[in-house]
Amino acid sequence: MNGEGLTVRDLRVTFDGFTAVDGVDLDIHPGDLRFLIGPNGAGKTTLVDAVTGLVKATGSARFAGQELLGRPVQKIARTGIGRTFQTATVFEELTVLQNLDIAAGAGRGVWTMLRRRKDVPEPVEKALETIGLSALRDRPAGVLAHGQKQWLEIGMLLVQDVRLLLLDEPVAGMSHDERQATGELLQRISEERTVVVIEHDMDFMRSFARSVSVLHSGRMLSEGTVAEVQADARVQEVYLGRATEPAPSAPVASTQEA
Amino acid sequence: MTVILNQSFTGISIGAVLLLIALGLTLTFGQMGVINMAHGEFIMAGAYTTYVLQQSISGAGVSLLVALPLAFLVAGSLGALLEWLLIRRLYTRPLDTLLVTWGVSLMLQQLARDIFGAPNVQTRAPDLLTGNISVGGITLANSRLFILGLALLCVLGLTLVLRLTPLGRRIRAVVQNRDLAEVSGIASEQVDRTTFFIGSGLAGVAGVALTLVGPIGPTTGTNYIVDAFLVVVVGGIGQLKGSVITAFVLGVLQAVLEYSTTISVAKVVVLVAIVAFLQWRPQGLYTLRTRSLA
Amino acid sequence: MTTTVTPTAPAPAQPSAPSVLTRLRVPGGFLLGAVLLLGVAPLVLPDFRLSLLAKYLCYAIVAVGVSLAWGRGGLMVLGQGVFFGLGGYAMAMHLKLADAAATGQTLPDFMQLYGTSDTLPWWWKPFGNPLFAIAMTVLLPMAVAAVLGFFVFRRRVKGAYFAILSQALAAALAIWLVGQQATTGGTNGLTDIQGFFGYDLNDPVNQRTVYVIIAAALLLVMALARQLFVSRFGELLVAVRDSEERVRFLGYNPANVKLVAYVVAAGMAGLAGALFVPAVGIISPALIGIVPSIGFVIGAAVGGRASLVGAVLGAIAVAWAQSTLSDAFPAAWTYLQGLLFVLAVGFLPGGLASLATVVRNRRTRPTGSGETA
Repeated sequence: MNGEGLTVRDLRVTFDGFTAVDGVDLDIHPGDLRFLIGPNGAGKTTLVDAVTGLVKATGSARFAGQELLGRPVQKIARTGIGRTFQTATVFEELTVLQNLDIAAGAGRGVWTMLRRRKDVPEPVEKALETIGLSALRDRPAGVLAHGQKQWLEIGMLLVQDVRLLLLDEPVAGMSHDERQATGELLQRISEERTVVVIEHDMDFMRSFARSVSVLHSGRMLSEGTVAEVQADARVQEVYLGRATEPAPSAPVASTQEA
Repeated sequence: MTVILNQSFTGISIGAVLLLIALGLTLTFGQMGVINMAHGEFIMAGAYTTYVLQQSISGAGVSLLVALPLAFLVAGSLGALLEWLLIRRLYTRPLDTLLVTWGVSLMLQQLARDIFGAPNVQTRAPDLLTGNISVGGITLANSRLFILGLALLCVLGLTLVLRLTPLGRRIRAVVQNRDLAEVSGIASEQVDRTTFFIGSGLAGVAGVALTLVGPIGPTTGTNYIVDAFLVVVVGGIGQLKGSVITAFVLGVLQAVLEYSTTISVAKVVVLVAIVAFLQWRPQGLYTLRTRSLA
Repeated sequence: MTTTVTPTAPAPAQPSAPSVLTRLRVPGGFLLGAVLLLGVAPLVLPDFRLSLLAKYLCYAIVAVGVSLAWGRGGLMVLGQGVFFGLGGYAMAMHLKLADAAATGQTLPDFMQLYGTSDTLPWWWKPFGNPLFAIAMTVLLPMAVAAVLGFFVFRRRVKGAYFAILSQALAAALAIWLVGQQATTGGTNGLTDIQGFFGYDLNDPVNQRTVYVIIAAALLLVMALARQLFVSRFGELLVAVRDSEERVRFLGYNPANVKLVAYVVAAGMAGLAGALFVPAVGIISPALIGIVPSIGFVIGAAVGGRASLVGAVLGAIAVAWAQSTLSDAFPAAWTYLQGLLFVLAVGFLPGGLASLATVVRNRRTRPTGSGETA
């Protein structure tokens, strides 16, 4: 099992005349641990929404040799792309085990579906250990702590056996230790799969990113390693609100901001 | 040709009644997301208000004019009371609100039966509204023209209130982002109650109009309620113009179909048309687009 | 057949039933129910009471479907009257034709009364065949639900919109039936049914047989629903109810999941309608419009929408209260019914079954062991 790369070309998303993503190109190589950063409203979540089929977009997004745009959400998911949401979305009334079992089962046949779940599928067992929730497997997911829900979401992507994970602020609201643990978990996962993380936390990004893309006002501002991106004057301008000198080349489409 | 014109006018007047009934729902259902099945009983309350007034005020014209604001107050107060007693506890469970308010609707109908008796009662229309006007070979019933005028007046009034007054701004603010509105110092609970008051009050006005259409009874409102909800569903949430267009389109469609087939077939065809329409635009004619997942 | 285990603290490596799915005790409870319905009730109840119970059990069969679609699937099925009616009319059409044939007529009595022609309408003809009619009582409702559900769920019309559309469907069918008096009996419906596949329905012994058939059907339907509840499908259905969008991102099409629940619930309502006809002797538009359609969910709401046993007992209790009160005190019944909606749905959304669960959890939690029924 190996990660699969994602190739995005000239991606555009428009909401009622407001262009949220404005011609983004993005190459994510297999096995990357890519961080997607940028100020609020930069279009990070919208980009992920477009790739996963939640919003309509033009341009191209190719994964595993297939064009994603224009396909329904569940078809895109079945090509091996999974995502999480800013607010952890798990099935609160179902137990941890049931959550994982459902995530593992998109390809099940009618007969399996109509029967009772007898044993725990092996990937589910493994994921339970990976995310450290083995002891809580029979708890309803609704009673989990915030961080545990976020781990459960990641676990669901693991048993879903996706080759590309798109995580939207996976460490938001976590304590320092939890962040550390999550970061290490992501690094382990990226050995076998491709991981893209949307994040605001710069320390977290510096500690764990293998590569970074910076979005600003719907455009790709800068790409590279952590060091390269941090050295980029345009990135500093966006984040610090000033540049060393007013860079005429800064492609800031601020008129688009509504 | 005259047939077509006549049927179109019939359709427009059906549409006007639908619009008047749906108008309150665009606030309570469209803006607040509450499915209030007792809306029909607020219509009934408005209709009975007219009936009761006629017992004490002999002039039909005067009593109608008094009935309009009074029915608005009566139905609006009932609505505000319902909101305070039950609905505010159920904002997180919109579908359950449907069943709870259905229960309230059953009780209000029975209350009407106990007070006014089960049989329908007839109110007198003012002389001015009983006649017809002939324009270019087609006959327009005065009462229908009055209802049309009343419906358009209410649309205009509601639009002005929502657009221009501080109250309207607060209503829209709460609809668009409740939390933000609250931290901006808007008492959202009060806004909810006021919105509900106005929406229910409009049902009362619709009830007054229905007394001009025919006899009224305990189930007067219920007979219209599902059609009125369909108008808001097809029109789109949170937009007045969608409901206005839909009410008239459905009215004309209904009238044309009734003329060419039967009432029962017309009902079925309209429903199929609505389901087909929702295939094309599941969110209705007009929608407020947002980025939220829900 | 295994007994369910009450979820408690972590119980590793134990494939235990989940918290929301443990409200039913099988097979003990199931056997008890079977003994009560098939053994005790026919022995102790007089003919009149037993035939009333038969009617309540028909409502209970509808409630089983409501529990599946609404309780587990979150689908506000306010148009179950449509499916109940389709099943009922399919059965009644056959029985009317059989009654007519028994007296040497080709047309049912009401058609001779209001009919405009001497020939049977074409769409009546196949219902002369008993097997076709029986199949249609379930297949017709399922087909209608499948078509409506397909179009509605595919475009993600949900929540309130779905509830309103299903109500509109109930209204449209009732109005259509009233309008076609010559072929459907209009407002009166199909009444005065005499025989049931060759047996005289006026004979109390045969009425008892009808009761037994209905009780057996209820048990069968409950067993089917129970299997769906505890299956992986049942877990997925709850997931769809709680977060449809999330399920989609896991690679499922939630529309299909909801469609199955909706269609199965429709088939159950159709079966109930079909059995209602021999039990009560009538099917009419008044039994299937908006008002009775909403009435079908109240039993499930009172007993507990997500609990199979709760929904069934709730439906029986509400139907019992209705027929006990509505004749003597019609006004009082209407107030009570309204109050039931307000109290049960507004203040006890889990229904009476949720009370039972609370009590049971309080009782079993300290021991921490699974209990058997």
